[in-house]
Amino acid sequence: MDFDLNEEQRLLKDSIDGLLTDSYDFERRKTYMKEKGGWSKAVWGKLAEQGLLGLPFAEADGGFGGGGVETMIVMEALGKALVLEPYLATVVIGGGFLRHAGSDAQKAAHVPGIVDGSKTLAFAQLEKNSRYDLFDVTTTAKKKGDGWVIDGEKFVVLNGENADTLIVTARTKGDRRDKSGIGVFLVPTDAKGVTKKSYPTQDGLHAADITFTGVEVGADAALGNPDDSLALIERVVDEARIALCAEAVGLMDESLKTTVEYLKTRKQFGVAIGSFQSLQHRASDMFVAAEQARSMSMFATMAGDFEDAKERSNAIAAAKVQIGKSLKFVGQQAIQLHGGIGMTMEAKIGHYFKRLTMIENSFGDTDYHLRRVADGGGLV
Amino acid sequence: MDLAFTKEEQAFREEVRSFFRDNVPPDTRRKLVEGRHLSKDEMVTWWRILNKKGWGVSHWPKQYGGTGWTSVQHYIFNEELQSYPAPQPLAFGVSMVGPVIYTFGNEEQKKQYLPRIANVDDWWCQGFSEPGSGSDLASLKTKAERKGDKWIINGQKTWTTLAQHADMIFCLCRTDNNAKKQMGISFIVFSMKSKGVTVRPIQTIDGGIEVNEVFFDDVEVPIENLIGEENKGWDYAKFLLGNERTGIARVGVSKERLRRIRDLASKVESAGKPIIQDAAFRDKLAACEIELKALELTQLRVVADEGKHGKGKPNPASSVLKIKGSDIQQTTTELLMEVIGPFAAPYDVHGDDGSNEAMDWTAQIAPSYFNNRKVSIYGGSNEIQRNIIAKAVLGL
Repeated sequence: MDFDLNEEQRLLKDSIDGLLTDSYDFERRKTYMKEKGGWSKAVWGKLAEQGLLGLPFAEADGGFGGGGVETMIVMEALGKALVLEPYLATVVIGGGFLRHAGSDAQKAAHVPGIVDGSKTLAFAQLEKNSRYDLFDVTTTAKKKGDGWVIDGEKFVVLNGENADTLIVTARTKGDRRDKSGIGVFLVPTDAKGVTKKSYPTQDGLHAADITFTGVEVGADAALGNPDDSLALIERVVDEARIALCAEAVGLMDESLKTTVEYLKTRKQFGVAIGSFQSLQHRASDMFVAAEQARSMSMFATMAGDFEDAKERSNAIAAAKVQIGKSLKFVGQQAIQLHGGIGMTMEAKIGHYFKRLTMIENSFGDTDYHLRRVADGGGLV
Repeated sequence: MDLAFTKEEQAFREEVRSFFRDNVPPDTRRKLVEGRHLSKDEMVTWWRILNKKGWGVSHWPKQYGGTGWTSVQHYIFNEELQSYPAPQPLAFGVSMVGPVIYTFGNEEQKKQYLPRIANVDDWWCQGFSEPGSGSDLASLKTKAERKGDKWIINGQKTWTTLAQHADMIFCLCRTDNNAKKQMGISFIVFSMKSKGVTVRPIQTIDGGIEVNEVFFDDVEVPIENLIGEENKGWDYAKFLLGNERTGIARVGVSKERLRRIRDLASKVESAGKPIIQDAAFRDKLAACEIELKALELTQLRVVADEGKHGKGKPNPASSVLKIKGSDIQQTTTELLMEVIGPFAAPYDVHGDDGSNEAMDWTAQIAPSYFNNRKVSIYGGSNEIQRNIIAKAVLGL
């Protein structure tokens, strides 16, 4: 039983915190947002220089062999600084598919570009009516020669605008909600038949709706078994959920800190508003919520390595429930305690609130995961 | 970071669990499961079994009969004890006055009191709260005046838990009226059999009698019954309250209750099927289980931190444990109320004579729900805990 970071992990935390303190304040974030695709190539390059983009890959593949705790450290730090860059899409999700299912050739083709920062990825999974069910897939991949032809529509693909390669879930067999017959395919964004409609998201990121019309890919495009990859998708999405939990913890920490600073400096009736007990109690409840979330983020991080898939997904679902509840409370109360200034685009707190809110609606919300835990027989 | 228990810790858990299985009197366990009050005999019998095993005062230093367990072992022991369930050691003796005596008492006092606390030869109660001093404990008025070789004690304590069973009381008394309110308090222990001590029961809303008023009318106490230094009692009281920091979450108690809810909800029907099959109910149950898992991990974070960095000062994280722990305990009793539905209403008409096994389990559910409203009030109300977090953690 040990909740502490080891020496190397502490160094990692210090180095990413240091990097983001130097290059990522709220003002600079605004300028990064205006760059093409909505994030900073220069910052991405710095993340690469520090080895953070290669963190979870095996050393044999050119990475640094980091595990779940390392990713947790990075995601928490990215959350704290409200980072725009596509770490989740590229390293956690894209990297996850390559790590778990990539052939040697696929890894050789994609991992070096991720590690050195020259290439980014995006996960094209959500469909018009699929909501949070990963097996609800209508996009098709039909066999043609050695390769496949992909047809369908994907929505809200984060980093879809900038990505070099898309990771696409598509059905090779069966009907819309069948659990088998789903494959995962690597598709170059500039492939013929790929059209994108890009837009900013509520939390300042960028996404795209992507249409695939007769997109032809080769035999080497399939990651894992093209007829039966739901378990792979669930595994990688579970890792994305774990990462989102950690990011949310970072966001909540910073939201609470910013709010407490505001309570100490904002004066009304001649005193700091933090001297009012009703506001103190609200801030204390935010602290409790954030600590409960931190505990479950750690739990989810550990659960990522559980061998038993059911146990793993149950634990991660539970974590996402706690994070969802906590983030809603912390986010909403941070705005409330800031008062009118919290409603303005100019103040940073609102941007934290918006990112937290979008995390709630990513890869299953609180109700969705609560029902999963409940249907799975609970947690005691 | 590694949240798994080691092989040794798992083996320890097994050892503890099988000891409880073999040694907790079945009727004692049943009563706890059903939320019934235990008799003094039932409790003392079990504590002596525990003490004989060497686990009666497990967290005391070894020289006074403790076990030398690690923080994690203590955690496991408590969790297993609460979730079996078996009666927890009498906190007033084992967790409160015992540590004050072995830390601040003299050799004579250690020799006189500690073994008797361990074996519950003396049942201790806590004389802190007064009618006018609840959350503002330091405003207490009970007076101890020095007269020759005696303290003369006058005043009143209240909310004195299980004072009706008590042989001894540890009492915060004002010994200096002129000092700042925290500075004039002394920590004095004496027999509840002393002349001038009157105990009056307070019936609580569940119908039970757990708490009492205790009156002191010119009670004469030998001068050597002062623990530590005169007028330093407030320091000892703070030490005492900060000492029991992680047990307050009562994770094991809630775990046991959640198991019971699952069990009962698979038997009690609603709309022609077991209520556990009702999706809305199941969601609520799962939500509570998730909160509890988060609390358990928060508690383990505090435990692991203590194990690594020593106990040191009271950790404000214990306020988080108190707030969430009491929330969850109360939620579990609400869920039980929901399971039982209209059969919550009958007062304990069947008694505990085993004559109506099918209904006996229902009798204590409403009282337990009523009784558990106390957990967010006692031990520093949850509002006080929020004050502590605001001040000590957030710096407000």
